[in-house]
Amino acid sequence: MTVTQTGTDTGTFAGTHSGLAGRLGDSVARPDGVPKAQGSFQFAGDLTADGFLWGATLRSPHPYARIVRIDVSGAWRINGVEAVLTAADVPGKATYGLISHDQPVFASDYVRFQGEAMAAVAADHPDTCRRALAAIVVEYEVLAPLTDPERAIDGSFPPIHPDGNVVRHQRIVRGDQSIHGPVVVEGTYELGRQDQAFLGLEAALALPAPGGDGVELHVATQWLHEDRKQIAACLGMPDEKVRIVLGGVGGAFGAREDISLQVHACLLALRTGRPVKIQYDREESFHGHVHRHPCTIWMRHHAGTDGTIRRIEARFVMDGGAYASTSSAVLINAVTHTQGPYRCDHATVDGWAVRTNNLPSGAMRGFGVVQAAFAHEGQMDKLAAAVGLDPVEVRLRNAMRTGDHLITGQEIVNVAPVARLIQETAALALPTEPVGGHDHDPMRLPGGAGRTADERHIVRGIGWGVGIKNLMYSEAFDDYSTARVRVADGVATVKFATVEVGQGFVTIVGQIARTVLGVEEVVIDSIDTEIGSAGSTSASRQTWMSGGAVEGACRLVRERLFEHVAELHDLEAVQLEIDGTDVVDTLGSLRMSVAAATAGIVIDETFEHHHPATEELDELGQGNCHTAFAFVAHRAVVDVDPELGLVKVVQIATAQDVGRALNPLSVVGQIEGGIAQGVGLAVMEELLQVDGIVKNATFTDYLVPTFLDMPDVVISLVEEPDPHAPMGAKGVGEPPTVSSTPAVVAAIRDAIGKDLHRVPVRPSDICS
Amino acid sequence: MSEFYVLHVNGAAREVRDAAAGESLLFVLRERLGLMGSKGACEQGECGSCSVLLDDQLVCGCLVLAAGAVGQRIVTIEGVAPLGAPSDVQQAFVDAGAVQCGFCTPGLIMATHSLLERSPAPSEMEIREELSGNVCRCTGYGRIIDAVQRVAVARRGAQ
Ligand code: FES
Ligand code: FES
Repeated sequence: MTVTQTGTDTGTFAGTHSGLAGRLGDSVARPDGVPKAQGSFQFAGDLTADGFLWGATLRSPHPYARIVRIDVSGAWRINGVEAVLTAADVPGKATYGLISHDQPVFASDYVRFQGEAMAAVAADHPDTCRRALAAIVVEYEVLAPLTDPERAIDGSFPPIHPDGNVVRHQRIVRGDQSIHGPVVVEGTYELGRQDQAFLGLEAALALPAPGGDGVELHVATQWLHEDRKQIAACLGMPDEKVRIVLGGVGGAFGAREDISLQVHACLLALRTGRPVKIQYDREESFHGHVHRHPCTIWMRHHAGTDGTIRRIEARFVMDGGAYASTSSAVLINAVTHTQGPYRCDHATVDGWAVRTNNLPSGAMRGFGVVQAAFAHEGQMDKLAAAVGLDPVEVRLRNAMRTGDHLITGQEIVNVAPVARLIQETAALALPTEPVGGHDHDPMRLPGGAGRTADERHIVRGIGWGVGIKNLMYSEAFDDYSTARVRVADGVATVKFATVEVGQGFVTIVGQIARTVLGVEEVVIDSIDTEIGSAGSTSASRQTWMSGGAVEGACRLVRERLFEHVAELHDLEAVQLEIDGTDVVDTLGSLRMSVAAATAGIVIDETFEHHHPATEELDELGQGNCHTAFAFVAHRAVVDVDPELGLVKVVQIATAQDVGRALNPLSVVGQIEGGIAQGVGLAVMEELLQVDGIVKNATFTDYLVPTFLDMPDVVISLVEEPDPHAPMGAKGVGEPPTVSSTPAVVAAIRDAIGKDLHRVPVRPSDICS
Repeated sequence: MSEFYVLHVNGAAREVRDAAAGESLLFVLRERLGLMGSKGACEQGECGSCSVLLDDQLVCGCLVLAAGAVGQRIVTIEGVAPLGAPSDVQQAFVDAGAVQCGFCTPGLIMATHSLLERSPAPSEMEIREELSGNVCRCTGYGRIIDAVQRVAVARRGAQ
């Protein structure tokens, strides 16, 4: 059996970038860039194998129903169908899940959201699969769905799942609960359901081992080892019988952290004894992965007349949808970021993550903090207005510094240049062009090509958003990462299970190895489960965690290399260092190339990188639950057509606390891409559900920003290397999404003078 | 209902056998001819990932019936430049940081080649308008615009 292998073929760096170009701090191009630009890079959906079958999934049309009967006999009667599976065919654990295992591989008694999987088929052609699914008869007793999160909290709706309707409740109580005023501002903020909308749809190819004694899954995912653990349990196999290989990933943004098609593909392959490929279409993708939590947040700030925050009260209600996924962790992120990047020693917070019959919610870039930031930034503007300060000044007065505390009692030990970020953002030039531009091109106006706007009626506004984001996993979870580095004849080969989703980890791997080891050529080995876990590509953690693992392994190799050279030349290893691509004796005259020094030998070292342990929160929400933090500031400029309710985002200016930019071009790409998703949430992106039924599961109706929707982005990278971070570098992926959304909404409020409290902002919100 | 027809893809005649009626050009290119460079992200004409040239016209491969493309010159991303010898547009995308996950990239490369053929010195607004049928979820478009401008400048310099 052959499999045309995989998206991990990132090639070598040699030849593409010679000499010292390509060390830490350089804007090195991606090693997989040319294959991607030529269409030869293999995404998971591009994989095929001899004699493979197509797999497809039967999904529930109802958000909540009891399954009375499933009759699959009709599917078996269709020519070309090779397997039909239901819950009865799951040999191992019947359920999976990232934190609690509460989601069935196939629903058997109840379906709890529209689109829940109930059966899977394998056949010779996607059309055969479609016909087979249509031939499966399911009899339902349709039930009234739970769609109001408040009814999950107040207990007025009977449990829709054996685990109950509350996924997690967490309070935070800190400091003096009696503080009141003198200035009090409050508001209720709402966020709709955002979809990650990665471009490369869910896809996997499962290859059964001979005799069904194991399976190899090539899949676009975020966390190989976690996938393996959940898949193996459902297959009833030991972990070692399941090998996961990373298929090329077309974006992730959190949506691939949970299991979607993994178990189904493996089951079908094992049942048929043939390779099985599953590839979702866009509609199935909208139903088949978790989304950002819709959320309602009430906040009340008590402040002095000078605008300094004295106490914050808040209540968070997060709609977790039908299954738990990461809801409990998302909730903790939200409530622990209530204060934003501002000092506050007194707080009372009540947070709920609940189960409903809506689509399951889970990880999306920003992970709970996006929700908190929309509320705390709305509050900061209200506070500024109440005390007569401008939005910049009120934020500067409260700006957090290293040594300040979260309302959990945790001290911020990281670099925390919040005031500097605000000032650097404020110093970035505002757009020089007036509304409509000097050329009066109507494309520049809200409504664009529709030519609906009259330039004279357009109003411009400016708004601010400042954010704090935790990095890595929290609450006592040891999300370590493993890397192995092997050097022979001047070539370094690096092995890890770190998922490349497009963020550019494969680029900095070469930069790290070249910098630490002085090698010129770096080869990246297959990304699979043949090495220890790397943890998930999420939580802005891979540069820190896996970058740290690669750096650690390189350092171990370098020590061994120095010992080897020292012995040969009768020197002390401590005298040696790497200078460019040479090993040099700092006390003598020896200088030899790393290539020559490693000729004929092999040095092979593995390093596991752990971050310092964190704690769980106690009953009162106290504890050092987070690992590290990064900060960011955004200023948005928008033009609004108040008559039609249309918005054109004109410019986003941002300064971001990156620690150290290991690859400035990559960092800029993360910032611009993250801002695009923040702008999308602010003004266009919402997956709508009415009574649990999804209304817009297509790219025609779920709008993501295009070239014409994206504003100019001006960026200041604030580099204050963090002493706690490997190489000084903080994660950069999430902060751009955290406070760009509130900045845009603040700018719309500024333009039209209206108190908007919901995203995405709809035309009716502006016109009403 | 199996069909037989011949498509002219990247300068070669390619036979398509046993196709089901109604298969899209995108499906046939990928699944029957093994040309995986064209991507599908919506199959609804909304994302441009499947962009190919049909008699020099930029089209969405997902919206064209394969059997309807008989007799037309089809150019896919695989036909733009030989493997390992990227075109100026392809190289500029890589150098400018316009590629992250890369799923949108083949479609955008096709659209950019088409744009620069028709308009060698596009303004920024023209680039945005012309490429607005191609969605990218990773980059926020800034580096892509830079890549297109780099090629336009370089081509002018080369004249
Ligand atoms: S797949 Fe053709 S436009 Fe999206
Ligand atoms: S680079 Fe990922 S969609 Fe464009």
